[in-house]
Amino acid sequence: MNGYLGDVAALARTSLLLELRSRDTVPAMVLFVVSALVVFRFSLPADASDLAALGLLWIAIVFTAILALTRAFVAEREGRVLDGLVLATGDRSAIWLGKVAGVLAFLVLAELVALPAFALFFAPIGWETVAAVALANVGIAAVGTLLAAMAAASRARELLLPLLFLPLVIPIVVGGVGASVEPDPGRYLAFLGLYDLIFAILAWASFDYVVAE
Amino acid sequence: MIRARALERRFGEKRVLGGLDLDVAAGGFVAVTGPNGSGKSTLLALLAGLLAPTGGELEIEAERAEVGYLAHEPLVYRELSALENLELYGRLYRVPERRERIGMLLERYGLWDVRHERVSAYSRGMAQRLALCRTLLHGPRLVLLDEPYSALDADGARLLDAELAALAGERTLVVSTHDPERLRPLATGEVALT
Amino acid sequence: MRNNLGPVAAVGALVVLGAGLSLALFWAPEDADQGFSQKIFYVHVPIALAAYACFGWGAWKALRLLWTRDQRYDLESYTAVHMGTIFGVLTLATGSIWAKVSWGIWWSWSERQLVLFLVLFLFYSAYFMLRYSTDPGPRRANMSAVYALFGVVLIPVSFLAIRLAENFIHPVVFTREGPQMAGSMFFVFCVCLAGMLLLATALYQAELAGKRLDARVRELREALA
Repeated sequence: MNGYLGDVAALARTSLLLELRSRDTVPAMVLFVVSALVVFRFSLPADASDLAALGLLWIAIVFTAILALTRAFVAEREGRVLDGLVLATGDRSAIWLGKVAGVLAFLVLAELVALPAFALFFAPIGWETVAAVALANVGIAAVGTLLAAMAAASRARELLLPLLFLPLVIPIVVGGVGASVEPDPGRYLAFLGLYDLIFAILAWASFDYVVAE
Repeated sequence: MIRARALERRFGEKRVLGGLDLDVAAGGFVAVTGPNGSGKSTLLALLAGLLAPTGGELEIEAERAEVGYLAHEPLVYRELSALENLELYGRLYRVPERRERIGMLLERYGLWDVRHERVSAYSRGMAQRLALCRTLLHGPRLVLLDEPYSALDADGARLLDAELAALAGERTLVVSTHDPERLRPLATGEVALT
Repeated sequence: MRNNLGPVAAVGALVVLGAGLSLALFWAPEDADQGFSQKIFYVHVPIALAAYACFGWGAWKALRLLWTRDQRYDLESYTAVHMGTIFGVLTLATGSIWAKVSWGIWWSWSERQLVLFLVLFLFYSAYFMLRYSTDPGPRRANMSAVYALFGVVLIPVSFLAIRLAENFIHPVVFTREGPQMAGSMFFVFCVCLAGMLLLATALYQAELAGKRLDARVRELREALA
């Protein structure tokens, strides 16, 4: 694989390799999401509907994602590696895309545990929920990675990411919950697709400005 | 190759570098001297393109991929090995025959035997040598070194002396240092910052 | 021309807005359903539209910054976003008052405009947090500009999301017969809107001038030190 995609693949591989070595992000995500679901179980009244529970599933996913995103650029911050990568890549959006691939992989791994856990603790989930989660992952990874780079460049770091991220994730939650809950999931899935398209393009185009001067 | 007029860089209101004029011809070797806080690192970061000037002009007749930059930090992943780091940079810089080139550099800088160990296990001197490998990996026309001698032991310093001697005249070099005496024999010019 | 815009806009705002509000209070016919309280509409909606205009202006300046790398656009974009946020808060306040007066509650999730402004308020508050926690310079300017662009794209996307969300949030829907605008009502509305936009312009110019002066003073102080 040559050129741009080759860069992306190399960077994605690096992200996954780092995680394989340190093994800190994915286990933390898995533990967090299961713990969150258990806490939610205790916080719901006995007669709460399945629908309310599905809402909480989406909250759990969003906050697990924040966990992953907070750590997204930690390895690059140590030793200022990000500067090195910025100097080395012709098109800096390759850094973004490589990172997004990594974040997506982590999200999927965590959800492979989270969704069955949810089905076990609360209620079975249908194909619409899985489709919605898949679409939401893209939006979360795309926007979240860009914002993580911004937060990494600030003094506040981990504190800033949730603040920047949560308003932008509201449409994702609406799309996701809607698809899980409503009789006509098509509309909501389409909306998630639209969100992904718009914000992924925006993030891809603006990443260069966030990491370079 | 480098032309700066009234080059200025502020951080907030603080002016770290101000009103600097600089001319470096291709093949030149400029030593940058000055006390701590005088803006040596800032100047090199500006020349590398990591920072944008907040005032004045800066022209560099070199593509991004033709510039090699050595910073205070090694700019390598601590949890990856030397080989893995250089593989990544080699890929990104599109270094031709990168396996061979990486092998040659690692050997020259005495890192071949530890190439599979994580950088976090390296001593400061070893990490600095790896950083030098990274800087020179893609055969840059413009080499920017920010206090390259600072972390090196005697062996490493000797290696660097040899490298600089080999590069001088062939490439353009801008090197900041606390020890201008060391560079005097090779340098074609000196910039003293205050 | 730039030096004159501020004072001209200020005077214009005073005149037009004054006229508009007077018209709204005394001349415009009372709404058949809601009575006198409906008149808040002449203030609430123009403020909301002025907020959108400010955010749009801020995004435009942000785009100019990223395009030309001219740092002076950073201050302009920031000031516009700041203005937009102020008008946004006022939108929430006037909307809340209107809800209280009309239906006796301070907040309603069925009010799409209000919910949208709540989301935007959260978003642009994060904008200020971003600026506050980053050192000034080209980096901060770039990041703020990118975030401002995200904001303006978020406006329609959020609005769509809010509409979709209504299905499962199941709000108690208060129907507000959007004013069947008689010609005279529409006229007064336009006057108020123009006045509000002039007010936003005047405040924007004033704040921009003040900030530029601030920056100049600080530069001089630095140079003398």
